[in-house]
Amino acid sequence: MPNETLLSVKNLEVMFNTPKGDVHAVRGVSFDLGRERLGIVGESGSGKSQTGRAILGLTAANGKITADQLKFHDVDLANLTPKQWRKVRGARISMIMQDPKYSLNPVMTIGDQIIEAYREHHKVNAKEARHRAIDMLDAVKIRDPERVFNSYPHEVSGGMGQRVMIAMMLIPDPELIIADEPTSALDVTVQLQVMAILDDLVRDRGMALIFISHDLQLVSSFCDRVLVMYQGLVVEEIKASALHEAKHPYTKGLLNCLPKMDGDHTDLPILEREASWAEG
Amino acid sequence: MSAVKRNKRDGRNRARFASGPTATVLRLVFSLAITFFGLLLVTFLIGRVLPIDPVLAAVGDRAPQAVYDRVREEMGLNLPLWQQFFIYISNVLQGNFGQSVLTSNPVLDDIKRVFPATLELATLATIIGVSLGIPAGVFAAINKGKWPDHVVRVIGLAGHSIPIFWLGLMGLLVFYMKLDWVAGPGRLDSFYVDFIEPTTGLMLIDTLIEGDMDLFWNAVSHIVLPASILAYFSLAYIARMTRSFMLEQLSQEYILTARVKGISEHRIIWRHALGNVMVPLVTVIALSYANLLEGSVLTEIIFAWPGLGLYITNSLLNADMNAVLGGTIVVGAVFIGVNMLSDVLYRLLDPRARR
Repeated sequence: MPNETLLSVKNLEVMFNTPKGDVHAVRGVSFDLGRERLGIVGESGSGKSQTGRAILGLTAANGKITADQLKFHDVDLANLTPKQWRKVRGARISMIMQDPKYSLNPVMTIGDQIIEAYREHHKVNAKEARHRAIDMLDAVKIRDPERVFNSYPHEVSGGMGQRVMIAMMLIPDPELIIADEPTSALDVTVQLQVMAILDDLVRDRGMALIFISHDLQLVSSFCDRVLVMYQGLVVEEIKASALHEAKHPYTKGLLNCLPKMDGDHTDLPILEREASWAEG
Repeated sequence: MSAVKRNKRDGRNRARFASGPTATVLRLVFSLAITFFGLLLVTFLIGRVLPIDPVLAAVGDRAPQAVYDRVREEMGLNLPLWQQFFIYISNVLQGNFGQSVLTSNPVLDDIKRVFPATLELATLATIIGVSLGIPAGVFAAINKGKWPDHVVRVIGLAGHSIPIFWLGLMGLLVFYMKLDWVAGPGRLDSFYVDFIEPTTGLMLIDTLIEGDMDLFWNAVSHIVLPASILAYFSLAYIARMTRSFMLEQLSQEYILTARVKGISEHRIIWRHALGNVMVPLVTVIALSYANLLEGSVLTEIIFAWPGLGLYITNSLLNADMNAVLGGTIVVGAVFIGVNMLSDVLYRLLDPRARR
């Protein structure tokens, strides 16, 4: 893959100021991203989601982001005014949220929410926008796009809702998509369907993808490269195809947790943690 | 194809739960009827339990026993209670609340005269309260912990704790007596009072119908102070509730989604968040409006406003039971009506409640 760097992150730190003291959620994450699909894997609290949010400048108000470098093309994401952010968000970098039950506005129709995402960045009339939105719903393989367009979020299923989310985030044609646990809230049977739809669209449109998940297996089958995070640190970076060659004991431990069809079933492996992993 | 399937499913649902617009209206009417029936039962029982003898009130305490008994029979008070109740219901349904002892008019005529005064005051106060209270609450929420928030919270706290009669008197003292910016008590200057023929009973509208701008501005200058004072209390309440609903909505996931889309903060607040805030807020506004429609007695007394609150209070002080019970029924009916209205608005605002 010919690789110009889209996104360059150097020594990203996210710190939260809470009543119980400071929480260091991300501790010096660095990576470069081309037009590729990068997976970030880790357990809850490993800082993977906060890394994704920091890239979009959407860290909660009590959090502080610092980085030696946080660059998207030649845009310095570390110093953007709110107005400049609005030109980046949606239009150039977008994010697919976890649970469509909470991440879609319950009192707006699905069509209005998709149109809004499109018209924010493209000056078109209402009719053209509607046309685009319905095409997009069609592209995420929704069978009856007209009906879904006029529905409210509570009227569609979880899998359908997440397709709507994908349609909404992809319609302005961003260059980079951050998918934050996009299938974790879904039924196992529709997880792969939704992931396949997202994967197809990202490939067709030549977008870069950061796929954040706790599911190492899922990540490795949809990504080129995987970052494994533990307590705010990247402990290992590895090609998805070379996962079995993982060196770090944490990655190996995660891989060992997967059930195997054959072999010994008597003992469930336990992930043994060592304090030294959490030291940068 | 899926549309056909859906219709079939809907059909099955209707058979089981009875849904659809006709059924919804029927259910609504039924629940209204039940509530109204309950209201009548309670007012009737209160009327019978109170230690005021309506016969004595009519014949006086010097009437001989024979006259007393005859009048008692005429009034139907010798019948069993359940029969009396049915007579009472049928009277009320025909708009017959009896005669007021105090004014010697039919109670219904009295209420027709006083209620518009209260309606006008309450409506104006609610309009002011909503149009200032919602922006104030939103403004406080988006500046949480900063000085605009503190200002709104102090205003809210003051509105919660200052007695209305004190504020009313101070308002009259400052704006009427000292500054002379507004007119004093009453709905019109006494000089104008007989000039106007009540069409709707709402002074602001009646004067406009007559096309008399002098009278209209006179009415405005009379209503502006009491309406502002009532509005202040409703504003304080609405702002407080808006603030807390807004804070709750701003922490929801869909707000983050909207930010990811690159939408302006203005649109996120006024379209996305407020759209959701309005759902619970409509009930708050309706209840505050219904409270004002009951007639705020103290304000009406201070401003000599001939409204429902003043009427009911005067009747109560004079043991004029028909007037008190008639007024109570009107207040109850207003509450039921406003509640129903807020129910309908709730369904319009929240698609999840439309079933």
